[in-house]
Amino acid sequence: MIEIKNVNKVFYQGNKAINALSDINLTIEQGTIFGVIGSSGAGKSTLIRCVNLLERPTSGQVIVDGVDLTALSEQELTQTRRKIGMIFQHFNLLSSRTVFNNVALPLELAGVAKNKIKSKVEDLLELVGLADKRDVYPANLSGGQKQRVAIARALASDPKVLLCDEATSALDPATTISILELLRKINEELNLTILLITHEMAVVKGICQEVAIIGDGKLVENGTVGDIFAHPKTDLARDFIRSTLDLSIPADYEARLHATRTENSYPLIRLEFTGASVDAPVISHVAREFDIDISILSSNMDYVGGVKFGLMLAEFIGPEACANKAIQYLKEQKIELEVLGYVI
Amino acid sequence: MSFNAVITWWTENTRLIELLVDSLWETLVMVFTSGFIGFAVGIPLGVLLHLSKKNGLLENTSMNKILGTVVNIGRSIPFIILLVALIPVTRFIVGSSIGTAAAIVPLTIGAIPFIARLVEGALLEVPSGLVEAAQAMGAKPMQIIKKVLLPEALPGIINAVTITLVTLVGYSAMAGTVGGGGLGDVGIRYGYQRFDATVMMITIVILVILVQMIQSLGDHLVKRVDHR
Repeated sequence: MIEIKNVNKVFYQGNKAINALSDINLTIEQGTIFGVIGSSGAGKSTLIRCVNLLERPTSGQVIVDGVDLTALSEQELTQTRRKIGMIFQHFNLLSSRTVFNNVALPLELAGVAKNKIKSKVEDLLELVGLADKRDVYPANLSGGQKQRVAIARALASDPKVLLCDEATSALDPATTISILELLRKINEELNLTILLITHEMAVVKGICQEVAIIGDGKLVENGTVGDIFAHPKTDLARDFIRSTLDLSIPADYEARLHATRTENSYPLIRLEFTGASVDAPVISHVAREFDIDISILSSNMDYVGGVKFGLMLAEFIGPEACANKAIQYLKEQKIELEVLGYVI
Repeated sequence: MSFNAVITWWTENTRLIELLVDSLWETLVMVFTSGFIGFAVGIPLGVLLHLSKKNGLLENTSMNKILGTVVNIGRSIPFIILLVALIPVTRFIVGSSIGTAAAIVPLTIGAIPFIARLVEGALLEVPSGLVEAAQAMGAKPMQIIKKVLLPEALPGIINAVTITLVTLVGYSAMAGTVGGGGLGDVGIRYGYQRFDATVMMITIVILVILVQMIQSLGDHLVKRVDHR
């Protein structure tokens, strides 16, 4: 449905060239929810804006539904954009129009008859659950409601693709979940292809089937969400995955943490489980086998794109030799493991 | 001063009152005619200034520079000089360089660049994201102007209209120089040059009320259309 081929984007700041995107290649199948994740300034916003040519790539092709957008004239592009809906971080609703008239705008632009606009808009407001707000101005809506209006507006011209530019970044966690639910619902009901960009792995985890990770304008990794979570190949991917399962060391332990082992200190270890190792009873097994006590500080497990994924922070209490053997054994079990330090 | 005293003054000064009523009418004609023509030209000019800017919707930097320079020249000439300097133009347009109609020409020409800059400022207040959203929806440039930029900038534009009308009331006082009449002219000739404090006070009070009314009406309209 969307093909991004060898896309480069160069910005000039005075005489200095900045490569916002370098040689990006992506294919997004019809009906998938595809996430692009990256930190601020990674180029993800530029990337999504290249898909409907709000930003024209310096080189490369953007093919949406079989049409190469970069080859179109200005008029043809305007027509084609009507089949690509877009929602934004700051909603971009017209303050001078009511909810009804905001949703009606794309239809007015396309010259649809008044009575058709009315029934279409009413259906859409029903779909996003805002039928009772039709005559309200955006200023009187909450952030989540505004984004719902924006979604209804983006769907008005029956697009084949919906682009979401940080659509949940200005929303609180509960509202984010409800907006993601809505996106999933329209993806299923309308078989709409959704491309979303975000800096939150939670969003990707919440609704995406496939994900691409970009850093510094380059495509670092992409694949199904399950694959990426199970076998992240790059540090950047690992960082993003970790960010979803926040396991920070309690301040109390942080203060007692030392880089080297001394008498009466025990290693503090972070364990990462993916795939099969999540289900295996390794912790109790290790405790029994190597005669150590394991004190679990925190543990978190998640189910992402069909793959289980877990993080654990634990203290291995016992003689140094036993603890080392236990660590060795766990490594053999393909469990990612890191000794963070030694706690007195 | 009792009610009777006012009545007495009124009956004794019918000529003065006639003069005031006539001059009020002249002021209104000058302000609103030049204002109306000024908006008809100034608002599109302001839109053009905004659109032709770098990274604007219809980017055209050379046109923007030319328009900007012309507007700046218009804005930098003191009105009293413009009034006199434009006499040949006025004579060409209205056939005479004296009278209310003649004063409307320099007032209009003085108002146009003023309005253009104010409208440009009002358009600048419209978040660029809205234009982008409209582009993403497949809006043509004319549709963006008509359905997004102008409606969203409407509170600012009404504000610009109000400021312009009030400024024109002030400018119109100078129209007396070319025999344009109006309240300001009465104030200067009868009040200032003849030391008639009563006439001076009356013209000032009428001007204050006029300005208040324009401002209140403007504020009221802004409130009605502003849903931000």
